Amino acid sequence: MSDKNYLTTDYTLRSWFLTTDHKRIAILYFASLIFFFFIGGAAATAIRIELATPQADLVSSDVYNRLFTMHGIIMVWFFLIPSIPNTLGNFVVPLMIGARDLAFPRLNLMSWYIFMLGGCITLFAILAGGVDTGWTFYTPFSTLYSNSYVIVAAAGIFIAGFSSILTGLNFIVTIHRLRAPGLTWYRLPLFLWSLYATSVILVLATPVLAITLLLMATERFFGVGIFDPRIGGDPLLFQHLFWFYSHPAVYIMILPGMGVINELVSCFSRKQVFGYKFVAWCSLAIAAVGFLVWGHHMFVSGQSLIASLVFSFMSFIVAVPSAIKVFNWTATLHKGSIHFDAPMLYALAFIGLFTIGGLTGLFLACLAYDVHATDTYFVVAHFHYIMVGGMVTAYFGGLHYWWPKITGRLYSEYWARTAAVLIFFGFNLTFFPQFILGAEGMPRRYHVYPPEFQVWNVLSSGGAAILAVAYLMPLFYLGYSAFFGRRAPANPWNAPGLEWQTSSPPPEFNFASQPVVTRAPYQYNEHFQAEPQNA
Amino acid sequence: MPESSAFAPQYASVPHRDHTAELGMWVFIATEVLLFGGLILAYLVYRHAFPQGFAAGSRHTKIVIGTTNTAVLLTSSFLVAWAVEIFSPATTKIVTWLLVGAACLGLVFIVLKGIEYGKEYDEHLVPGIDFQFAGPKANGVQLFFVFYFVATAIHALHMLIGVCLLITLAIICRRAPTTRHHAALHSAALYWHFVDVVWIFLFALIYLPGRSSS
Ligand code: HEM
Ligand SMILES: [Cu+2]
Repeated sequence: MSDKNYLTTDYTLRSWFLTTDHKRIAILYFASLIFFFFIGGAAATAIRIELATPQADLVSSDVYNRLFTMHGIIMVWFFLIPSIPNTLGNFVVPLMIGARDLAFPRLNLMSWYIFMLGGCITLFAILAGGVDTGWTFYTPFSTLYSNSYVIVAAAGIFIAGFSSILTGLNFIVTIHRLRAPGLTWYRLPLFLWSLYATSVILVLATPVLAITLLLMATERFFGVGIFDPRIGGDPLLFQHLFWFYSHPAVYIMILPGMGVINELVSCFSRKQVFGYKFVAWCSLAIAAVGFLVWGHHMFVSGQSLIASLVFSFMSFIVAVPSAIKVFNWTATLHKGSIHFDAPMLYALAFIGLFTIGGLTGLFLACLAYDVHATDTYFVVAHFHYIMVGGMVTAYFGGLHYWWPKITGRLYSEYWARTAAVLIFFGFNLTFFPQFILGAEGMPRRYHVYPPEFQVWNVLSSGGAAILAVAYLMPLFYLGYSAFFGRRAPANPWNAPGLEWQTSSPPPEFNFASQPVVTRAPYQYNEHFQAEPQNA
Repeated sequence: MPESSAFAPQYASVPHRDHTAELGMWVFIATEVLLFGGLILAYLVYRHAFPQGFAAGSRHTKIVIGTTNTAVLLTSSFLVAWAVEIFSPATTKIVTWLLVGAACLGLVFIVLKGIEYGKEYDEHLVPGIDFQFAGPKANGVQLFFVFYFVATAIHALHMLIGVCLLITLAIICRRAPTTRHHAALHSAALYWHFVDVVWIFLFALIYLPGRSSS
């Protein structure tokens, strides 16, 4: 074979924007997501600066509302949900199953265009004047009172939803139909099990969000009373439909991260993942039970006590498979030959932060405690521990792990480790104080607060500054590596997965010849016992 | 490297490609089920809350048009099923006509639906656009018509997409029929039957409540 790879087959813009190669589409998503991450991050910075003092010195309450709404909308729908599936997933799914592309490559490209269209419409709504409803669009505020660009923003999210659905569909079909000979379900890398579970949620939950947003827009546009209680509508129905999507959606935001962690933990402790089948089925269990707990977001909404009790109980159940995974990771680490390369540092950070996030989720699932903690910073801290401490950390870990495969270059281990440590430190300093604030009763979504809360808020804002710097660092050392880094070998970590059996970066159709699988995954104990070669 | 024209490189063979496409359509239908499912769920919740208003609203729908449309759609589904059944390079002519026939029936459905909307507009039954309905049940009736219009409009949109699909397939089948198009036809047929099934649910939910007693 010539030394042409997927990056060097063609250099024209056309070859990028009309590509059907899953690897190039992954890069398109990657670039778009960096863009959205910075917009969302800018809003977060403004919020934390404002909250450094108890008074309103930077923005008015109205602007503040628009800021946190913009932050939430961009981060949830245009960064977290597509993050791992659409970049890392898009890149490695066909490689990991020994396929030459996804099942529907053109659909894959289309879903990127749909995503960008939705993103641009939402950005337009934000630039034109913003939205002040919060990312949840609760009615009747969003339909009756808010005088902001609700319909435009909802339209953007509605459109982006189709992109999610198409990606999920593509992954499900690909994993079902395009596995290499010998790659049975129980030989599938756990990352793929988690992406499969994620895709099921994407396909089954997203359309409900679509219909919810459509009904909301109808009500707002025609002034009819679907959710407006004055004309007989029911605002609670909106919350039911919204959380029927959005609770499963929080698992869209964490399952892929858990999947990445399986790969990292086993690679850098040179061991098979402990309890492979349990981990695999737990992904599906989380996806399934995740559909039954949405009511824990509505404990104080006035839903019936019975409903609240049932949802509280189910929320405890859903924590079980998550906990099983944590135990399995720790068991995998146990007596492993552990290498603290950068991806492993991210993985360890993930395990710690996700555990804190999950345990505080149980606090909130307790009906009585939640009545106290609802809409306080405790909730904010809980979901940031999972979504940022968990998912974003896993994303960075996965990015570093597969970076040599994606770019064919190595990055500076020194800087990568420094960034990982700084992220962990900055993150905890930012969000741990918020648990205390919340427990003491500071409500979320206010930009002024009693002076006695200032200490914790200053700590939090200081942590956010460190975190911001730490998140910027990879931009530089990874950016440098992409162009000037040392050439990566095909298998820098000496890992057994199929994606490492082809050159780095892979050729256009991934494999020179069809690979055949004869072993279970993660067989580090055989001839992959040797050290990772990157350091 | 030049790729074989029979199938894209990620597939092992033609049947492999075709089965993959079919699975894709099934997953797509799963997502559609949830789309209409959410809507129908919301409808049922409000029907439970406003039984009389919904019954009264239902009595103002045009049952003759609705029933005709049900028959039209079932017939068209039948034609599509027939086309899938007999498809072979030798039968392209009949298949083409069956597909054209099914597409035409789909258009008849949409036109009739439009006429129905026109009548409802004349009777001031369109919520948000000069809705008028006197009496204590007005709120329920208005909610009923919100759902009526949202549900049937989304369904009609699906019909329109389906008609375009069928016409495209008819043109392809006439020009260059190969076994490859059997898979495409099969997937399109699955979609068309699904839209048909959704209509049957909508018909039962929208046109029938409140009619047995009066
Ligand atoms: C381990 C199992 C989990 C349990 C038992 C749990 C429990 C809860 C509960 C009861 C609430 C509602 C708090 C309130 O509004 O008063 C909540 C909020 C939230 N959780 Fe979790 N959670 C878990 C995992 C997750 C995961 C994995 C994520 C995301 C990746 C997540 C993200 C969120 C978000 C975003 C909210 C707040 C939404 C809002 O009000 O804007 N949670 N959680
Ligand atoms: Cu939840």
